[in-house]
Amino acid sequence: MSDMDEMDDGSGVVKKFMFLNRKAPHGTVYALEGLEVVLITAAFDQDVSMVFTDDGVYQLIKGIDSKGIEVKDFSKTYRALEGYDVEKLYVDQASMDARGLTEDDLIVDVAVLSVDEMANLMAEQDVVISF
Amino acid sequence: MQFGILVNEGPYTHQASDTAYLFARAAIEKGHKVPRVFFYHDGVYNASRLATPPQDDRNVGARWSKLAADHGVDLVVCVAAAQRRGITDGVLGDNFRISGLGQLVEMGIQYDRLVTFGD
Repeated sequence: MSDMDEMDDGSGVVKKFMFLNRKAPHGTVYALEGLEVVLITAAFDQDVSMVFTDDGVYQLIKGIDSKGIEVKDFSKTYRALEGYDVEKLYVDQASMDARGLTEDDLIVDVAVLSVDEMANLMAEQDVVISF
Repeated sequence: MQFGILVNEGPYTHQASDTAYLFARAAIEKGHKVPRVFFYHDGVYNASRLATPPQDDRNVGARWSKLAADHGVDLVVCVAAAQRRGITDGVLGDNFRISGLGQLVEMGIQYDRLVTFGD
C-alpha cells in the first residue's frame, strides 16, 4: 500500500493519538476502516495508542473466522501493528470481565487497564479518535 | 482556535453530519477557524451532488458546499472510503475534494482540536 510510506506533514510535531475501538470486528465497517487510520497515523511518526473497550475487545480475540459471512478477515493486521511501531495496546478490564474474556483469549499482547487507569491515559492524549 | 472536524456518518439516516455542520457554523460565527472537514466511513455520502432531498427539507450536501464557499472550509473525502461506496470525482458536490487519510491525521497534528461526529 503506497499510503504506508513514511509521511510527514512538514512540522516535525509529534502528538499523542489514541484510537478508541468500541465496536465488534464485523457487523459494521468501523473496526476495519479505523485500523486504516491507525496505520496512516503511525506512518506520520505520531505517538499512537490503541484502546479496545466495550465490544471492541472482540476485535482481538483468537480464532476469528469470517468465511461464513463472506467478509474479509483483517484480524491478522493487529499482529502486524508492531511492524508499524504501534506497540501501545490497551484493553478495558471491565469490558473483558463483562464478556468472560481474559488476556489468554487475545491474539496480541496488551495491557489491561482499570477504569481509573484508562481515564488517566486518555487525559494524557492530544487527540482521541473513536471508532 | 482551529477546529478540525471528522464526519463519520452519511446524511439523513444519522444526525452526525447535521450536528457537525451546526458546530462548524457556530464555531466560525464565534470567530474560530474551521480550516478542514474530513468525511470518513459513510460520511463520504455527504459529498454526493446526486442527492435531491425534498424541497421542504435541508440539503445536507449543498449546505456543506455553501459553508466551504463562504468561509473557505476545505471539504475532504477519504479516497479509500469513497471508492468502496462509489463516490468518485464525477459525483462530487461543489468544493468537495477526494484525498487520502493523511489529510485527517494532519488535522490532528496541526489544529488545536479534532472533533468527531458519528456513532
